[in-house]
This record gives sequence, structure tokens and C-alpha cells, in this order.
Amino acid sequence: MVNKEKKELAVAALQNGTVIDHIPTQSLFKVVDLLGLKDLTDVSVTIGNNLDSNRMVKKGIIKVADLFFPEETLNRIAVIAPNVVVNIIRDFEVVEKLHVALPDELIDIVKCNNPKCITNNEPMRTHFHVIDREHTTLRCHYCERPVFQHDITLK
Amino acid sequence: MDKHSLISISDLNKEEILALLKRAQEFEKNPNQRILAGKVVASLFFEPSTRTRLSFETAVNRLGGRVIGFSDPKSSSQAKGESLKDTIMMVSNYADLIVMRHYLDGAARYANEIASVPIINAGDGSNQHPTQTMLDLYTIYQTQGTLENLTITMVGDLKYGRTVHSLLEAMHHFKPRFKFVACDELRMPEQYKQYCTEWGIEYEETREFSPEIINQTDILYMTRVQRERFSDLMEYERVKNIYTLTASMLTGCKPNMRVLHPLPRVTEIAQDVDDTPQAYYFEQALNGLYARQALICRALDL
Ligand SMILES: [Zn+2]
Repeated sequence: MVNKEKKELAVAALQNGTVIDHIPTQSLFKVVDLLGLKDLTDVSVTIGNNLDSNRMVKKGIIKVADLFFPEETLNRIAVIAPNVVVNIIRDFEVVEKLHVALPDELIDIVKCNNPKCITNNEPMRTHFHVIDREHTTLRCHYCERPVFQHDITLK
Repeated sequence: MDKHSLISISDLNKEEILALLKRAQEFEKNPNQRILAGKVVASLFFEPSTRTRLSFETAVNRLGGRVIGFSDPKSSSQAKGESLKDTIMMVSNYADLIVMRHYLDGAARYANEIASVPIINAGDGSNQHPTQTMLDLYTIYQTQGTLENLTITMVGDLKYGRTVHSLLEAMHHFKPRFKFVACDELRMPEQYKQYCTEWGIEYEETREFSPEIINQTDILYMTRVQRERFSDLMEYERVKNIYTLTASMLTGCKPNMRVLHPLPRVTEIAQDVDDTPQAYYFEQALNGLYARQALICRALDL
């Protein structure tokens, strides 16, 4: 198991950094956006998609060298991909495996789908409550409309 | 919430609702009390609503307070492109309380985060209109002597009508039974039926607006069926007449039964109902004054 993992992660062997694994292929670039990876200029970022996986048909993977994200940042991923696995790599070894956890409140992460919502008409942050953890159903703090998992769009 | 704003009816618990009803009752006995002397209330109507505005401004005036604000959004600073935030910041400096109506959903909740003074939501888009719900509750209490164990029949537009949704939510404290009467296009949305199930509230859904239903009812809550809700105008013409209440439909009703309507009505209540003892929609509108007086006092801790 450990060997297989090493092989899998060795696509671009990482000495130190973060590997986000088991990302559903349709969510990969959303995760890229969520973590602001496009704006990173001085660390190496490797993005792979449509890779073979045992757990799902195809998967996406993101590797970021020399960067460790705060837990709070990683938990935001749960909004779009609740089953990702985050590997913390130090000295070529997986030293920690984390599962992301959906926070109770999502501040300025998700966009409200209601065009008549105040958040889409004022320069302000969005705020959602997680009302159903299992199905990732959110409710806008302002207009009170529910947002279902398949309708979630990031801000 | 120590500011005692009122943004959504769900901000109030059962005890608070009952305390407000008692307070409204005092104002019904004596609406002229100089409780607000020296206070300034801002009445900000970003969307015109003469009915609601007059009710609020009368409430303030009868309590001896003063009103500032605007009733025509075209003359307000928003028309010049000012953000809601800036308007609220400015008005917070002048007033002790802000009553606001806005065309955007969630505007009042946002204003409440910014304002240093309490906010009373007088309607935010299609979202909430909690003072309407308070006056509905007060009217039910006034006519039935209680809010507990009543059969409430809602008729007409149950899909888009925010008043029926808020009333349904507010009534969950009081063990109601609901009957939802609507055509397929305007049925009570799934989320509210689910809400009933979650709270163990009995409900029945039907397309027939029949005497059998009316005869079991304590409160008959009529709503306006709007033409613009229909993609098929033929369907509108048909439905409009089916869900019209006439005096002859009331012959077998319970003596305590009362007909409510948030007004304005169009054709959903025939004129001949006005002369029956069951008609209560004009008194209901007047109750808005007392309910709003109670809410203003609560907001200012008076
Ligand atoms: Zn919203």
C-alpha cells in the first residue's frame, strides 16, 4: 500500500509540500481556483487530471511544493470536493494524511445564485450556512435561499 | 441580538411573539402614547409601498416620535449610485431606529450588520416581511382568543406568496393544522411541506376550494393570484375564478371563522363577503398599526 502510494505520488516527486489527491475530475479546476494557485509565482505547482484511480473512475491531483496550507483553507475544499485526501509531504515521505471537513459557515467562498440577492448587488462578502452536511446543502445568510450541491458556484 | 432588530420572523421565539401580542393589545386599547417622544425614526423606502409606509409612519406619530426618510427611491441617494452601506451609515448617525423596505433579498440583514441602530425590515424583495406576519398573528390571536390548535386554510398563490410562508413558519410554535388550497402551478413549495413534517404539523393539500374545507376552518387566509405568475393565460383565467371566495360559500362555516387577506385584493374575495361577519381583512390591516407600534417599542427597548 505504502509502496503503491509512493509510486502514485512520484509523478513529480515532491520533497516537501502538499498533495491534494482524489479530486473528482470535474472539480479539479475549482479547487485550483479556490486555493488561488494561479497567483502563485515562486513555488512549483503540478496539476494532473483524468488520472486512473482505484477509488473512482478518474481523478485529479494537485501538488504544491514547499507550501503547507492552513487547515481552514483546506476545509474550504470540502464545499466542492468533500472526499479529497490531503497528503503532507516532508522529505519525500507522507507524514500526514488529512480529510477535509466542511465548516459550519462559509464566508466569501460561495456565490449566491439569486441575482436579486444583496450579495450580488453590493460590494460585500457572501455568507452561507451549511444546513445539510451530508448532501452539502447551503443557505444564504442574507436572502435565505437554499443552494444545493450541484448548483454551488465559487465566488 | 441586543439591538432588537427584526429582520425575519424566525428571529423571534415563542415567548417574544406572545409578549409582542400583549403589547399590541395595549396599543389597540390606547394607540396614542408618547413613548417615542424625542426619538427620530428613519423610514427608508428603497421600493415604494404606500400601505406599509403609512402604517409605520402612523405608528411612530401616534407614539410621539418623529419620522425622517424617503418614500420615493428615485429621489434617494441610491438613485445617484450610492451603496446601501453608505446610506445606512449616514442614516445611522441621525436616527434612533431604521425602518426599511428594499427591492433586494437580504438587504435588511446586511443593513443590520452595518447599522449602529436597530433595523426593522419592512420587506426585503421576495424574502421576508416580518411585520406583516406579526399583524397576521395578532389578528388570529384577536379573533380566536388563542394561537394554539387552530385550523388554518391558505388559498391562492402558495408558491410565491411570502406572507403565507412566513405565517406558516411563525405558527409552528402553536400546533396548527394547515390546509393548502391551490392549483398545481401555485402549490406550496416542497421545502415548506418538509418544514411541516419536521415540526410534526398536520397538513392537507388540495386543488378543490370546497365548502367541506371551509367548514373545518378557523382562519381562511386568502392570497392574491397574480397574472404574471402564469405562463398560460387561459390557465390564469380559469384558476382566478376557482379560487374566488363568495358569501354563499360561507353559509356552513364555524361561527368563529374569519377571512384574512394581506391586501390589496383583486378578485379573490367577492364584494359580497365584505358584509358577512367572517370578513376581517380591513380590521387586519388596522392591526398592522398596533403590531408595528409593539415592534418599534421592542426595537428601542421601551
Ligand atoms: Zn443570497
